[in-house]
Amino acid sequence: MLRTIIAAVSGGLFGAGLLVSGMTDTTKVQGWLDVFGAWDPTLAFVLGGAILPMALAWNITTRRARSVVGTPFPARPDPKLGHNLVIGSVLFGAGWGLVGLCPGPAIASLSWGGTGGIVFILAMVAGMLAANPIRTRIDQVAAT
Amino acid sequence: MIETDWIWGLVGGLMIGTSAAIFLLGNGRIMGASGIIGGLVDRSGLSNWQERAAFLAALVVVPALMLPLYNVEVKTNITDNMGLVIAAGLLVGIGTRLANGCTSGHGVCGISRFSLRGMVATVFYLLAGGIAMVLFRHVLGVI
Repeated sequence: MLRTIIAAVSGGLFGAGLLVSGMTDTTKVQGWLDVFGAWDPTLAFVLGGAILPMALAWNITTRRARSVVGTPFPARPDPKLGHNLVIGSVLFGAGWGLVGLCPGPAIASLSWGGTGGIVFILAMVAGMLAANPIRTRIDQVAAT
Repeated sequence: MIETDWIWGLVGGLMIGTSAAIFLLGNGRIMGASGIIGGLVDRSGLSNWQERAAFLAALVVVPALMLPLYNVEVKTNITDNMGLVIAAGLLVGIGTRLANGCTSGHGVCGISRFSLRGMVATVFYLLAGGIAMVLFRHVLGVI
């Protein structure tokens, strides 16, 4: 129960932060990516601001054995990069640039994003379902 | 020249980072939006579905409750071109699952622990986003 409450507090604060920061406005995100147009640096302030408390949190995990609910902290990921990390990030970045939405803001703006927002979420869910067979295929090609 | 939007960006960013810190220190989990959604979509994360559902429900409800605080109408300004919206949604869905993370997981949670994977992913999605802007806005003029 505590775990569910903590998740709700985190999700709610995440949504509030996305709204306050302007990241649910696709023109601000596209403005950041549009280096050769009317460049908008807001996203750098958002990312910088977000990294500060999180860096502190990672530091705290080195001095504690477990989380508040008793689960272990996530281990450092395998440093191996792999082709899927690069291919996936390129595809994600292209889609992010095309309309200016990434997964968090897409969900956070559900209540006011209109038809376009809902269509984006449905397409994103379809893409997530398609990702597993696509990964299998990419791995087959990479192995040959 | 410090613009109001930048200050709100910093304030919102601190809130986003604090929410990720709560998820990490409280539940021992990485707050990655695509991972939290994706684990429900492809059923790989059903073992802790309550945590995911609670996170996503609050992610929708809390900003919705904040809308009356704004004097102006809050908009996403998303394009009306539904073909573009569908293509972008598919790319974001496939890409974030292949890469195992998006702006929150790789960007916020990864960079803050100096994860090589998070930093490399961030460089590639920023580059691809910038190239998409050049190609589709300045060359083709469709966005």
